Amino acid sequence: MLVRPKGKEAAVKIIPWCIPLVLLSGWQLLSWAGALPERILPAPTKVFQAAIGLVSTGELFSHVSISLTRALAGFLIGGIIGFLFGLFNGVFRFADLVFDTSIQMLRNIPHLALIPLVILWFGIDETSKIFLVALGVLFPVYINTYHGIKSVDKSLIEMGRAYGLKGGALFFNVILPGAMSSILVGIRFSLGVMWLTLIVAETISAHSGIGYMAMNAREFMQMDVIVLSIVLYALFGKLSDVIARYLERRLLQWNM
Amino acid sequence: MKVIPEQKEHVLLKDVQKGYGDRTVLNGLELSIHKGEFVAIVGKSGCGKSTLLRLIAGLERLNEGVIRINDKPLTQLNEHARIMFQDGRLLPWKRVIDNVCIGLAKDAKAKAKIALRQVGLEDRMKEYPAKLSGGQKQRVALARALVHDPSLLLLDEPLGALDALTRIEMQDLIASLWQKNKFTSILVTHDVEEAVAMADRVILIENGKVSLNQVINLPRPRQRTHPAFSMYLEEILGRIMDRQQKKNFVM
Repeated sequence: MLVRPKGKEAAVKIIPWCIPLVLLSGWQLLSWAGALPERILPAPTKVFQAAIGLVSTGELFSHVSISLTRALAGFLIGGIIGFLFGLFNGVFRFADLVFDTSIQMLRNIPHLALIPLVILWFGIDETSKIFLVALGVLFPVYINTYHGIKSVDKSLIEMGRAYGLKGGALFFNVILPGAMSSILVGIRFSLGVMWLTLIVAETISAHSGIGYMAMNAREFMQMDVIVLSIVLYALFGKLSDVIARYLERRLLQWNM
Repeated sequence: MKVIPEQKEHVLLKDVQKGYGDRTVLNGLELSIHKGEFVAIVGKSGCGKSTLLRLIAGLERLNEGVIRINDKPLTQLNEHARIMFQDGRLLPWKRVIDNVCIGLAKDAKAKAKIALRQVGLEDRMKEYPAKLSGGQKQRVALARALVHDPSLLLLDEPLGALDALTRIEMQDLIASLWQKNKFTSILVTHDVEEAVAMADRVILIENGKVSLNQVINLPRPRQRTHPAFSMYLEEILGRIMDRQQKKNFVM
């Protein structure tokens, strides 16, 4: 073994960050050496300075908070709708018959293709962005919830019935926990879709948010701010992944 | 005239027909089981012995005929019966104690603990099923069935997947709990030795009917080395194999 058991825990924490650190230092060194012109890629220190500058004016905070609000609102709306449809169509045969075919049809439309339509419907204010995020999040949550419920072990459901569980008790003790790992896959996937949609929507049509900050910086050739926006997206992407992992660890404890 | 001790009938099947599509599984099956009796049902795989058990549990509907439990026709899930499946069917996301509590009222932890003590697994109650061996899982499944104080325990080849030593241990455990709690018990098994080791009566199902009804007159706890034990074993096995040979001959 490369790592001694004693230092193992620390190593597990440090190793994943090695590549980002190496890349970052390489980037910084190349900038110092003059190999990377500032017009192409500003040095990390410059980006950091830009971040400090934007924090001190309060601009960064307002852009980040508006983006997070949109992301969260869209995620909650789309996620809840997708979850409920997945649930009902998975559990009730009739709901399945009525809704599933239509949802499968809508699912195959790339939701970003609706941007022109959405702008005409809702203009470029909050509604349009939240609508797009919700739409993007809805389908992965739906598909995975639906599939998770459909694929719960039938023999466990039969056992539950034979042991006197029905209705809500059967649902909460057998069906929902049985579908949970699939539901969490859907949530994790839809967190990615959430950021993607928001970036595109904010870049194309907005007057606030991280995407707007980047587009605005482009007009003034502020490379450092543009790179800062991209770094912010990467950090928030990582953050949502951490949250998803935490949920998995909590809810799928029995599977560990 | 000989005095027959009065025995209350618990399960009665009359002219039971059951099939899936074109395939007939049970065809005019008649069977009566009295209260507190331990009956083993044997037969070749596919003979319908598991189907019979599932019918008695009320998990499936029969096509024709009638099943009476305590003289009342069975029309839905048999609420006084608990079934133990071959594959255990513990919920992997619930700890052992919570698996035993399934279907019980909220304050039943104490009862569940007693049931786990009966099967010798009280110290593992906080574990998830994935941490248990096959035999331990079936012990939990047994505790889960017994905690409901069923008047009828249905055993659907519950020991089929266990190794030989664990199986004998479980047979003795089930037999002793049966003697103590006095419920009626129906065991479906492909293992004739298991049937003789546990049951008061062994029933053979062939062609959808009861073709042998053999009372096992051996003292309990059953000794597998008892000379009569192997006699019963040979007789029943002979019956199953004999038929098979004749069939092959005709073909």
